[in-house]
Amino acid sequence: MPTLWLVIALLALSALGFVLGRQRAMQSAGGDTRALHSLPIYYGLNVGLTALLPALAVLLVWLFAQPMFIENQISDMIPAELIPENSTRDLVMSDVRRVAAGLDLAVEQGALTETAAANLRAELTDVRARLGEIGVALGSDVRPEVLDAAQEYRKMTATGNTVMTIVVALLALGGLAVSYARTHKDYRARNVVEQGVLALLILAASLAILTTVGIVLSMLFETMNFFSLHQWVDFFFGTTWAPNFRGDSELSILPLLWGTLYISFIALLVAVPVGLFAAIYLSEYASNTTRSIAKPLLEILAGIPTIVYGLFALLTVGPLLAGMFAKGGLLGVEWMAGATSVLTAGVVMGIMLIPFVSSLSDDIINAVPQTMRDGSLGLGATRSETVRQVVLPAALPGIVGAVLLAASRAIGETMIVVMGAGAIAKFSLNPLESMTTITTRIVSQLTGDTDFASPETLVAFALGLTLFVLTLGLNVLALYIVRKYREQYE
Amino acid sequence: MTDHSQSPDTQPSKHAGSLLSPSPGTIKRNRAEARFKGYGIAAIAVGLLMLLVLVFTIVSKGVGAYTQTFITLDVELLESKLDKKGNRNLDDIKKVTTFGYAPLIKNAFATKLEELGLETDLKAKDQAKIVSKSAAAQLREYVIANPDMIGKTVTFKFLTNSRVDGYMKGRVSRESIAKDKSISVAQLDFVDQLVAAGVIKKTFNLDFILGADASDQRPEAAGMGVSMVGSLFMMLVVLALALPIGVAASIYLEEFAPQNWLTDIIEVNISNLAAVPSIVFGILGLAVFINYMHLPTSAPLVGGLVLTLMTLPTIIISTRASLKSVPPSIRDAALGVGASKMQSVFHHVLPLAAPGILTGTIIGLAQALGETAPLLLIGMVGFIASNAPDSLSSGLLSPNSAMPAQIYEWAKRADPAFYERAWGGIIILLVFLVTMNTVAVILRRRFERRW
Repeated sequence: MPTLWLVIALLALSALGFVLGRQRAMQSAGGDTRALHSLPIYYGLNVGLTALLPALAVLLVWLFAQPMFIENQISDMIPAELIPENSTRDLVMSDVRRVAAGLDLAVEQGALTETAAANLRAELTDVRARLGEIGVALGSDVRPEVLDAAQEYRKMTATGNTVMTIVVALLALGGLAVSYARTHKDYRARNVVEQGVLALLILAASLAILTTVGIVLSMLFETMNFFSLHQWVDFFFGTTWAPNFRGDSELSILPLLWGTLYISFIALLVAVPVGLFAAIYLSEYASNTTRSIAKPLLEILAGIPTIVYGLFALLTVGPLLAGMFAKGGLLGVEWMAGATSVLTAGVVMGIMLIPFVSSLSDDIINAVPQTMRDGSLGLGATRSETVRQVVLPAALPGIVGAVLLAASRAIGETMIVVMGAGAIAKFSLNPLESMTTITTRIVSQLTGDTDFASPETLVAFALGLTLFVLTLGLNVLALYIVRKYREQYE
Repeated sequence: MTDHSQSPDTQPSKHAGSLLSPSPGTIKRNRAEARFKGYGIAAIAVGLLMLLVLVFTIVSKGVGAYTQTFITLDVELLESKLDKKGNRNLDDIKKVTTFGYAPLIKNAFATKLEELGLETDLKAKDQAKIVSKSAAAQLREYVIANPDMIGKTVTFKFLTNSRVDGYMKGRVSRESIAKDKSISVAQLDFVDQLVAAGVIKKTFNLDFILGADASDQRPEAAGMGVSMVGSLFMMLVVLALALPIGVAASIYLEEFAPQNWLTDIIEVNISNLAAVPSIVFGILGLAVFINYMHLPTSAPLVGGLVLTLMTLPTIIISTRASLKSVPPSIRDAALGVGASKMQSVFHHVLPLAAPGILTGTIIGLAQALGETAPLLLIGMVGFIASNAPDSLSSGLLSPNSAMPAQIYEWAKRADPAFYERAWGGIIILLVFLVTMNTVAVILRRRFERRW
């Protein structure tokens, strides 16, 4: 792995720079640290980091940019008429990449010499069989133009790697030389190093923005692709969800949104009363001992991974409900067809959200000033009257915020609904029927063999973007409400 | 101000009565009070009951996965079947497929029955069916590893078929197999005979913890081991990336950032990222890392990158809280003796905040360990890896699964024998999570400083 060696060489060079820089600084000060502007370690760090960081940054950018650049070049090289029917440019390109990787592997393992690999001709050799021998399986025979492209790919990659190594090495050596030459007892090494470190810190902090931009852009591009294949009016306002991988599918978000909201509603119906009463009891009634035991225990529920809840829904709650409401069940009714239903997913999700609601409301109730309670109790109100008429109205905006946050969690929750809610998209009020949600459909459209040119796959990105906007909106609203409420008492 | 007590229309209280006996209104209010308190207690009880039910379900259903039914047989490794040429040439031995080994198992049953003096009406073919489909492969592997043993009789411990295992664990009964083609009542009778003779035994199954996943047909051979390794590599990636980046970002935001719109945007961004549904991160990973950068599908590296992005906000938020809790006097003292701002942060504030940062990181890692949804999108599900990776690069780049994804995969399969595995897998996952959280709590208790 040449890149790994390059990085190791860079690190070694940087370590060498550290030692050299420190020595030179000490020399220029005549061995007396007091004559130096900065501590000796900063002179070493200055040389070491100047040698390492720019080179490393260029290396990283190069590693990401080179494959894209080469890919574009090669992709332009393949004429459109050579792309077979029922295939796409992407598929041909992935063939090219695989053949190129196979040839590289063959050279590495010694099955082919470098020149033999470069001179392979698809017309003369059965490349597929040759690569098959070393364990590279190809889906079809290698066509001449694919092999040519693969050869070009390898050539350009090799050239690119050489140039990259040279550039990076020059940059590192140059950085080392310049900073070494600058090292002198009066040089303000500490200031320079600190500025460099600050730049790194800023870079790390801006990664958060980069992630958001990445999320939005990646989904936006694919969503635009989707809308060029499928009408947006139909997506947002149609009423049928019927994907069909042979094409001509009806893809509308409304039935999915209905399922999502219905399940979230049931989850909140479970979580809000239980969570709120638990919070009230813990903050207003419970003794310190009860509180210190019950609160962490309840919060365990929040720490359990969602896959566990999903399994609980699928294998325990679902069959339990089916045992009551399905055919041949305890109640002798036939309201449920299978174990998956809105109720199954909603109840289990509600359990998951109990601690979420309770600890958020607990914080908010605790933030209500004690003087307000004392005032109410002093007028002769009972505790429950104080809670209902003084504490809760004061805490209401915060509690609404907490419920909105819980709702956003419920809407974005995936594993419980994937395992417990079912896969049928429909509008129905019956909580015992199985319905499907946005997240469930994202998972099912994007797992397995996916073709990124079909609307059936791309619809997942449009669904994802809608989900993102929906949860983001709820969060911003909730945070706004909570923040506004806090200002009243601070 | 009018003085109400002096006003002539003052009426005596409607409920004039003894102060010693509560008035009807008071009784009503006290009842309401008790009811209200009761609701609170009931809510807590419901929450705790759910926790109890969950834990009980997991343990009672999952514990079965840790024992497995084995059958001990003496197999004669016939030269005539395995090495017809008799020259112990490994290439010739490898040519014998698992089908060639099946008769050996049949013979082993015959000898065993003869030795024990048992009688059965079951045909030899049906007798051999109570053994797992992996038994022939197990034999073949052994013979290829030890070609010298051909011609000798060796004692093997084979897995039994998952139906037999289910019968031993009470999951399968004579009534429930009426429509089941893979086992018959006669075979169960045969199993009873062998159990009585001590040939079939249920013992602890280390392979479930250390082994690899197995195909749909062999639930008895499936294990968590390889997916655990996949999770481990993902956590390494998360730790290596999220901790330094998260700490660096927090230091900047908490100690250096000027109050301006850019800082505001970053802060709002981080709090929003913490609430973005995890599946959105999966979409990001699929679009950016796999489609755009062409990183390998199903690789723990990609999973780790996605989980890093997901964990970063958690780590940043907890790191900022612990940096904030270091009192300003520490910074002032450092600055006072001539340290630069950077030195005061790195030499004094950061070490003092370290326990809090560590705690936050462990909790973030625990969260990432249990996350499933994004992994589904980048292809870390399915029957993927049958061998543990042998090096760091193959561990990061070759396809693998992760613990929660493996559990999901088992829960999806049709055979109920896999459900037991899924619950068992959850026990392992929860053991990891509980350990990590306990360590975090202990660290916090041990090193927390009140200023």
